[in-house]
Amino acid sequence: MAKYLLLKHYRSSHAIAKDELVPMDQWTPDEVTAHIEFMRMVADELRERGEFVDGQALSPEGTFVRYDGEGRPPVTDGPFAETKDLIAGWMVVDVDSQERAYEAAARLSSAPGAGGQPIHEWIEVRPFLGEPPVVTE
Amino acid sequence: MTDDQLRLGELLRDLTPQVLGILVRRGADFAAAEDAVQEALIEALRHWPAEEPDAWPDSPRAWLVTVAGRKLVDAQRSANARERRELRVHLEPDPGPSEQADDTLLLLSRCCHPALAPASAIALTLRAVGGLTTAQIAEAFLVPEATMAQRITRAKRTVSGQRFDRPGEVGAVLRVLYLVFNEGFTGTVDLAEEAIRLTRQLAGATDDPEVDGLLALMLLHHARRRARRTPSGAVVPLAEQDRSLWDTEMVAEGVEVLQAALARDALGEYQAQAAIAALHDDAASAEETDWPQVLEWYDELLRLAPGPVVALNRAVAVGEVDGPLAALRQVEGLPADLPRRDAVAAWLHERAGDRDEAARLYRLAAERATNVAERDHLTRQASRLHTAG
Repeated sequence: MAKYLLLKHYRSSHAIAKDELVPMDQWTPDEVTAHIEFMRMVADELRERGEFVDGQALSPEGTFVRYDGEGRPPVTDGPFAETKDLIAGWMVVDVDSQERAYEAAARLSSAPGAGGQPIHEWIEVRPFLGEPPVVTE
Repeated sequence: MTDDQLRLGELLRDLTPQVLGILVRRGADFAAAEDAVQEALIEALRHWPAEEPDAWPDSPRAWLVTVAGRKLVDAQRSANARERRELRVHLEPDPGPSEQADDTLLLLSRCCHPALAPASAIALTLRAVGGLTTAQIAEAFLVPEATMAQRITRAKRTVSGQRFDRPGEVGAVLRVLYLVFNEGFTGTVDLAEEAIRLTRQLAGATDDPEVDGLLALMLLHHARRRARRTPSGAVVPLAEQDRSLWDTEMVAEGVEVLQAALARDALGEYQAQAAIAALHDDAASAEETDWPQVLEWYDELLRLAPGPVVALNRAVAVGEVDGPLAALRQVEGLPADLPRRDAVAAWLHERAGDRDEAARLYRLAAERATNVAERDHLTRQASRLHTAG
């Protein structure tokens, strides 16, 4: 059993080409609702299979922050709404195999968009680093 | 909790799988039987005064079987009022020790049914045989309790429905117990100790020397638990462990269990692995390790359970016996994506005097590590070679 992070991006090197993608704000309200419902349904399916660990959506607005020396306030840059790679949200699953993690990611990627058609968005799958096994010799 | 309360808790936990095993053997549906046993436990907690062990039933197990049997009949009646079937649950007490032994194996082989994915088999085993709560199992595997509850429910559904009165293959049970042991310690539940407890139970119930082999293997590794990590959690490799921290009593028990198993002349992979662990445990210092004998056991293990992981571990022994260059030739033939291959190769290159290649491979191994403790250890190895060079 291993945990995987399924990352949903809004924009990335693997985003769908702009001319292929109808932005979400141009979908009908019903299409938006259907998309959100679908995400909830997939989470429920994963819960029912005993594989769901966590899932959260992120605000698109992010700020870069760094240390600026002892006694000084943190330096901030932003907030930005437009960055090169924007993470929309994540889901963590605990599954038996990498294959099964890919299957769950593909299911998420089949979420409906404009016209009720699957949007085929890329989902990034990242394995968690786990605990070391007891027996290694 | 008082001592008496703890004793009652332990007693009930030990009895849970036995009672469940008895009901299942008598033909009860697995999921229904488990619910009935849980209800019987609640009754026991309600009626047995924790502070007065003298007032507990003379045969707690018979009491639980009777009450759980009644609950099962009640549940069956209310669930299926139209088609009232008489459950063949006899309420007489104490089936005797030999049957109890069968029940343990029966229950374990049901929980480790080959139709179940490992994670499901592990969860079901810990719940139904180990008597851990769903919350404890969820915590051990760092998933929400609701998710673990579902995993267990699905596992029960998978193994339910088929009548199960004959123990299945012991091998499947041993694989699951080994996986539980290897999970180690992640939460409040020490899964290694739980695995030892269950394997001990199984060893008492069967006469397969491989069960004893697995028990010995667990004891011989668990004996080193205090030396395996620094207080801050960093991994300490076997060669650098403070051997005075090893649990000598546990080593002695492991060796004894192993010798009795080996004497029966039916060698298997767990006995061979335990023999290797015993040779390491037996060495007062890393330098005193009897590597030629370790290598012989790896040859045996490779014959019993061929595979790249065993071949990689064997290469380490080859390095000690025939030198790092001979070992590197062995490693070269192994798949490039084999976990820990780069780490072993790095160590061999360092011994062969090629520090640059060793540093490069340690760095590569760190990038590919599948756990944090190992990654940090490998990163330190790479930086050690850089700073000393």
